[in-house]
Amino acid sequence: MKELNPRVVYGETLRSLGEKDQRVVALEADLGGSTMSCLFERAFPDRFFEMGIAEQNMASFAAGLAIEGKIPFIHSFAVFASGRAYDQIRQGICIGNVNVKIVGSSSGLSDFGDGATHQSIEDTALMCSLPNMTVLEPMDAAETEKIVEAAYRHQGPVYIRINRNDLPILYPEDHDFVIGEPVVIREGTDLVVFASGVMVSKAVSAANQLAEMGFSLKVVNVSSLKPLNAERVKELANGVQGIITAQEHSQLGGLASIITSIFKGDGRPIETIGVADRFGQSAKSYEDLLQHYGLTEEEIVASAQRILRR
Amino acid sequence: MEQLIKELESRARTLRYRIVKMIGPEEKGHLGGSCSIADVVTALYFHKMRHDPKQPKLRTRDRFLLSKGHAALVQYAALAECGYFPLSELDTLKELGSRLQGHPDMMKLPGVEANTGSLGQGLSIASGMAAALKLDGLDSKVYCVVGDGEMAEGQIWEAAMAASFYKLDNLVAILDRNGLQATGRIQERFNTNPVREKWESFGWHVLEIDGHDFAQIIEALDTADQVQGKPVMIIANTVKGKGIPFAEGVASFHNGTMTQEQFARACQLLEAEECEGR
Repeated sequence: MKELNPRVVYGETLRSLGEKDQRVVALEADLGGSTMSCLFERAFPDRFFEMGIAEQNMASFAAGLAIEGKIPFIHSFAVFASGRAYDQIRQGICIGNVNVKIVGSSSGLSDFGDGATHQSIEDTALMCSLPNMTVLEPMDAAETEKIVEAAYRHQGPVYIRINRNDLPILYPEDHDFVIGEPVVIREGTDLVVFASGVMVSKAVSAANQLAEMGFSLKVVNVSSLKPLNAERVKELANGVQGIITAQEHSQLGGLASIITSIFKGDGRPIETIGVADRFGQSAKSYEDLLQHYGLTEEEIVASAQRILRR
Repeated sequence: MEQLIKELESRARTLRYRIVKMIGPEEKGHLGGSCSIADVVTALYFHKMRHDPKQPKLRTRDRFLLSKGHAALVQYAALAECGYFPLSELDTLKELGSRLQGHPDMMKLPGVEANTGSLGQGLSIASGMAAALKLDGLDSKVYCVVGDGEMAEGQIWEAAMAASFYKLDNLVAILDRNGLQATGRIQERFNTNPVREKWESFGWHVLEIDGHDFAQIIEALDTADQVQGKPVMIIANTVKGKGIPFAEGVASFHNGTMTQEQFARACQLLEAEECEGR
């Protein structure tokens, strides 16, 4: 499967938005080479603000730019973008529904080497709990482009989780991303898995394995974590025996919580795959970490088998 | 000039009267910090700033932000007196559903530029607004009131660095240096002094005035117009609770409660001065 880096595509997309619209500005907290806001900086130095390693000021400063009609994209690692500047996002951006786009790069465990301080498995919970906030997590580079364009068109605050590493391209070419809508990546009839980010490709691999065993797993990409069309989610689970969720995030407050609350009282078994209530750590490779925390296709297959054996 | 100062003094008394009335007796309210900055706010809204209550979003207006959002009462009084909304609405302060929230809300009230109240953030927002105005080639000013207690917030210094790095000479911060934080004297509780040297070393053009002397306030605001390539900090030395004798310099009136008697006394005094002034 073809793999591409979501960060690079992110930077290219932001640059092309900058070409199209003078109102687009970018702010960076000294991670431009990682977040790839450097591509925007090179093209539009006058509309690029290096804010130094000061994420809190960056968030509030962006609020001021947005109040005056600019469309600011602010950048840092997801853990700092969402956590270090949480109060600034809450007070200055969300309460006033201010049009700031927050780009949380190197999300989840994808900054594998840097360890717990730089990994972000709580950001979905933090950002989804804020009224007026839209929370998006692309599953690959192709969807990253669509999501960044949708975030730009959306009036109001948006948080985007972007993975640091190359990911397989799964996004259907003719599909247009719509905020709030889950998308079927692979049809299936026995079970459904609601996945986001890197876990979508793991879910597709799991579906292949299960198919060999004679079971049919539907894979749904939930890249719009908030808002999320709950009726559509329920409809996508019509007729299946059980439901699985998979996100590279804490089990608390992420996709596991979101989907579980939609199926409250449903009665069918639900299995959730995510990071148990603990922090990340350093590893030599991304795959090692995903394995260690159970974020694998094997875990999805095992969850499916647990449901089917009931 | 004398006539102008007389007018402004009368306006400031009216604002303080409105503040006292808004809080009322036996109710908590941010009396001290609203009264300490009342004269500066008066000079801005009734003399210095270009603004139009009928077009609160006019692109070419000057902007006013309270980084110390808890002084909202003085801004509400000024906005109502200017005609942004009816004076009678001041009576709805903090009522459920009111546009007059405990801290300023841009979504609810015309004339409020940003949501402030979580201390340390307003100066950053003001800096972003000033940067946007520069990008658009507008000559509007952004005025932002900061508290001296608020100077303990680290984000203030992040904003101080950013505003000077980006040469935001259209940004004028006013430090309401009333010397008191909620729990006592700043010098004793958590000393944010020396003030002048800090702002100068962060690359700001610093002016220092008596924040209750209109001639000095006006002169400083005019001087700020001439400064190029640097943001301006006007250190306004003030008295917390200024104009309300029993609250002057009393930390507990930060968010204090007036007794019935104190309330009556304050109203009487401000009304009497008002008549005298006219």
